[in-house]
Amino acid sequence: MTRPDASDVLVVGGGIVGASAAFFLRQRGRTVTLLETGLVGQQASGVNYGNVRRQGRPLKQLPLANRASPIWRRLKALLGEDVEYLEAGHLRVCHRDRPEIAASFERYAQEARETGLELELLGGRALRERFPFLGPDVLAGSFSARDGHANPRLVAPAFGRAAGRAGATIVENAFVSAAEKIGEDFQVLTRDGRVFRAPVLLIAAGAWAPALTAQFGEAAPITPRGPTISVTEPVPYSIAPSVTLSTPIESEVVYFRQVKRGNIVIGGGMRGPSYAEDRRAYVLPQNTLGQLRQVQRLAPALGRLHVIRTWSGIEGYMPDELPVMGASRTTSGLFHAFGFSGAGFQTGPAVGDVMAELIDTGATTTPLDYCSIGRFDVKAVA
Amino acid sequence: MEPPASGPREARESQGAPDEDDRGAPRAPRIVIVGAGPAGVRAAEALVAAGLRPTLIDEGRRAGGQIYRRQPETFTRSYAKLYGTEASRAAAIHQTFDGLLDRIDYRPETLVWNISGGRVWTLTGASEANLAYDALIICAGATDRLMPVKGWNAAGTYTLGAAQIALKAQACAIGRQVVLMGTGPLLYLLASQYLQAGAPLAAVLDTSPVWRRIAALPKLLASPQVLWNGLVLTGELRRAGVRAYTGILPVEIERGTEGGVAAVTFETARGTRHRVECDAVAMGWHLRPETQLADLARCEFVFDPASRQWVVGRDACGRTSAQRVYVAGDGAYILGARAAETAGSLAALALLQDLDFPVNESEIRVRHRELAKWIRFAAGLREAFPWPQPQAVAMSDEAIICRCESIAAGELRRVVRDTGAAEANRAKAFTRVGMGRCQGRYCAHAGAEVIAAAAGVGLDQVGRLRGQAPVKPFPIEAVEPAQ
Repeated sequence: MTRPDASDVLVVGGGIVGASAAFFLRQRGRTVTLLETGLVGQQASGVNYGNVRRQGRPLKQLPLANRASPIWRRLKALLGEDVEYLEAGHLRVCHRDRPEIAASFERYAQEARETGLELELLGGRALRERFPFLGPDVLAGSFSARDGHANPRLVAPAFGRAAGRAGATIVENAFVSAAEKIGEDFQVLTRDGRVFRAPVLLIAAGAWAPALTAQFGEAAPITPRGPTISVTEPVPYSIAPSVTLSTPIESEVVYFRQVKRGNIVIGGGMRGPSYAEDRRAYVLPQNTLGQLRQVQRLAPALGRLHVIRTWSGIEGYMPDELPVMGASRTTSGLFHAFGFSGAGFQTGPAVGDVMAELIDTGATTTPLDYCSIGRFDVKAVA
Repeated sequence: MEPPASGPREARESQGAPDEDDRGAPRAPRIVIVGAGPAGVRAAEALVAAGLRPTLIDEGRRAGGQIYRRQPETFTRSYAKLYGTEASRAAAIHQTFDGLLDRIDYRPETLVWNISGGRVWTLTGASEANLAYDALIICAGATDRLMPVKGWNAAGTYTLGAAQIALKAQACAIGRQVVLMGTGPLLYLLASQYLQAGAPLAAVLDTSPVWRRIAALPKLLASPQVLWNGLVLTGELRRAGVRAYTGILPVEIERGTEGGVAAVTFETARGTRHRVECDAVAMGWHLRPETQLADLARCEFVFDPASRQWVVGRDACGRTSAQRVYVAGDGAYILGARAAETAGSLAALALLQDLDFPVNESEIRVRHRELAKWIRFAAGLREAFPWPQPQAVAMSDEAIICRCESIAAGELRRVVRDTGAAEANRAKAFTRVGMGRCQGRYCAHAGAEVIAAAAGVGLDQVGRLRGQAPVKPFPIEAVEPAQ
């Protein structure tokens, strides 16, 4: 066992990324200490909609998403806890007034197949017979059978506990106030005066990352935004896949999934105000109402249900909505994994796996060229 | 790490209209009162007296609130029969309200389901709307405070409040052989009302021992008349020959072959076990304030060790930490219906002061003195009829703690032990306790006690479930579908 203040790797941030990185680093025999401001999995990882979907992501992100897929499938065995992962498929649909999106489904399916993601294109009667809850405005769909959904409230904490059982030191209620590299070691100071040291530092702090990267001379232009999520009362379980309406208009985007317990979780639409420094986010009622307008067009029968709860959280968005992953450009031994822009739940376990591989071996088989933190410097110069 | 409850952020998020009308003239302040019980009616009265026209939004079909709930128009029972010892107060509130009707904007059968951006978001039937305010008085009232008992999820188990509503609004009893269980003045008031209505009572089971009442007498003497009313009620029970026990420990609500309530078993203070056959049980341990709306309005909360619950932080007049948001009545702090009238007036007077209206200072002083009496009396009631915290510690693992989600106390304890979830929202995330359609109204207090005991921390450390809109289930079809 390691002393709590010295380990091979220090992870700052106990979301799904940091917790799974700690877990996979232990699998590689590295000693790890994870510092979390509050409790593991309490922020974006714990309050998101719970989509475990690959389709719809930028093609260059599919290798990472594909790497996550088998991890989700064996998560229960890996963590020793059920995180309510249902591999019930993910259905992406478009409405009649946007036939160009149906055409884009076909192109995407061809290109995704080359990365290993199989998609089934559906239209007309076939689509409606298979998914009878879809509204009359739905034109076409793209179905990913080996995607699904899971309970975000359970996943990151389960990773944290499994990492702890595997020997990682998980320190909750540890707000990092300063980090610097002194000689070969990073020295991280918490607000309550504790000091932690390690030769490797992984910043996995989501919307809170910029304050840390700034201490190493790297800018991370993150904007915190709050998802708008609602959940209905439980009704008999009958909708298996997670369903997403694809549209270029942000206010029209809507998605829903039914959990085994019976409740239907609804997400999408306009995002609400989100204050990282206070760890508070708010759902705006006008956003909830807009979402309920859209979901009834997508699945009219949902109009007969009641919403019993709404919530939001703090998600860190990059300007191009792509994450920052990889080694620092200024400081050796420093690594980044944050800025997943509201789409980091499905990839989360793979991000932990990739970062552990990168830290352990110095390289990773998953291409990360599009994730460099340097891309923002380039823009500043240009 | 709560943000300041009100400030520039709320202004940024605000949807509120400017302070001028279409022609650029300054307009009268738009004041919204939520709740037309004793606090809301007295607040409206004070605002109307100052020349304002407040909007009074109420969930009920008729004004009056819970304790002074009005019967349907077609019912003809007398005030004395309906309200017993509280008849004159009920009549006064109803008359005051009727006199205000054409000088306020009254919106009955309207639920405020959210408060955000300087607006109340409402639902009337299946129609949603919103309304901007310059100042808001929340008089949301209270619901029964509950302690789960093994078997309380059997059909035929009610709250004391619900059993009373059945009588007042529907003129029916909850069963043919009714057990009333819990503690507090409502237990005896309801027993007397059931007796007067001719509804048979199988037993009245009080979890607090008699010596507590005697010890609390000095404080209860703050209102000799209400104390006397209480004594009259218990005397009626004795004369009617109702089986009444004090200092009991509930053991189980038994189910019959059809799944409904069949009997209640309990232990007396001496430890002997009794079983009372019945077909309905009503239970409650005082009241808990309805605080969700104040939470959504971003008011700060404080832990009240005396009543072992979180309440909205407020000054003596009901000013909260949120700009121009006031709380009054049992929704602020459980002091009873008479105190709610005083608190409603006080909150309105404070609001008028804050808006630079002339206010009679001596009236404020008189109200403060009245309120001080009720605060002392309520402290006596709390001591005489204590919240049965030891019952939470001793609660059977099999007792369902969260009725909405069917989660047993044993499951909550296991998760607290296995995961270290010692904070209310964390335990909710892992177990679903408090995640159902009641939003924690039924389970949050007892759940927090179970968590505190299982984790070995203080109740204040467990925290409170954050309020989440909608405060009651919101029908999706209240919104027009997109085209």
